[in-house]
Amino acid sequence: MRIPEFLNICRFFGESRSAPVARERLQLLLAHERASAGRSELIGRMRDDIVAVIARHAGIDKRDVRVKINRRNRVFTLKIDMDVPA
Amino acid sequence: MAEKKPATTVVVTSGKGGVGKTTSTAAIGAALAMEGQRVVVVDFDIGLRNLDLMLGAERRVVYDLINVIQGTANLSQALIRDKKLHGLHLLAASQTRDKNALTEKGVAMIMGELRSRFDWVICDSPAGIERGAVMAMKHADAAIIIANPEISSVRDSDRIIGLLDAKTERGKRGQEMEKHLLITRYDTARTKTGEMLGIDDIADILSIPVLGVVPESNKVLNASNLGTPITMADRDSPPARAYGAAAKRLCGQDIPLEIPAGRKPFFANWFGGRAA
Repeated sequence: MRIPEFLNICRFFGESRSAPVARERLQLLLAHERASAGRSELIGRMRDDIVAVIARHAGIDKRDVRVKINRRNRVFTLKIDMDVPA
Repeated sequence: MAEKKPATTVVVTSGKGGVGKTTSTAAIGAALAMEGQRVVVVDFDIGLRNLDLMLGAERRVVYDLINVIQGTANLSQALIRDKKLHGLHLLAASQTRDKNALTEKGVAMIMGELRSRFDWVICDSPAGIERGAVMAMKHADAAIIIANPEISSVRDSDRIIGLLDAKTERGKRGQEMEKHLLITRYDTARTKTGEMLGIDDIADILSIPVLGVVPESNKVLNASNLGTPITMADRDSPPARAYGAAAKRLCGQDIPLEIPAGRKPFFANWFGGRAA
């Protein structure tokens, strides 16, 4: 029996929900790959939050916000440079 | 010319091959041109060009991107205007050179010139994460990441999203790169039964906003057989409508996301035995 047929029968009995497994595997894998690529989710979210807070009080163009991230030893420094209209 | 607002440069990318970058580039390029925009689609897949085929322009390519970079032709000679849709233009990739012919300086020069002539510059990236892919994204203001509801495609998309911040001019300046997720080959029926990753799964995992969801459809193959973008060939078909809506969202229009209806009933799939 070919695998797709087998899966269809499983599905008939409500046993073929492999998507949640894919989701879990991806989440774990990507968390690991992002960390090793030096791309921390945390920094991105912090950047977005900081920009959102400032945007609430001053009319800034999100695209003109420059964010520099430096990592030295085990410390990140986050430098944010933006034009805020006077 | 000096008064024209510079074009928005968009890269269509995915990491993984075969997910629909070229088809999507042609479909969205045509959809934007149908909205009255001046559009150029640029093929960065040096050595393996295919965008010309999707536009039915394969017999009209005389000069290509590399000829312009090397100075053997000027940009006007290399731009191919679509026969039916006059706002749509193609800059083909070279079929004979290798990707090293894409010099940084040459690409920067061409992108600058295209920006001044068009409203949209849409760069069709080759698969992979090497030079061609990096050059295609380098000057982009925005990116459309094409993903299939499939585990390897989502992983590769994540990888490409990382590169978009690290390798582009915008990223290097610390500016935000607009990222849009376009899910292609979506199968509502298989998602409902829990066999396939859903839209929310993919969007959550990649944490970028969804530009559109294109359903799996044999009309897409038909359009590429004919050499006409699906948005022109069969404009009322579900995939064409999905691409059309995605193009409008790209222009900033607020259009609610339409989830494609299921393709066929449960048992048809069972007896049909066709793996999508």
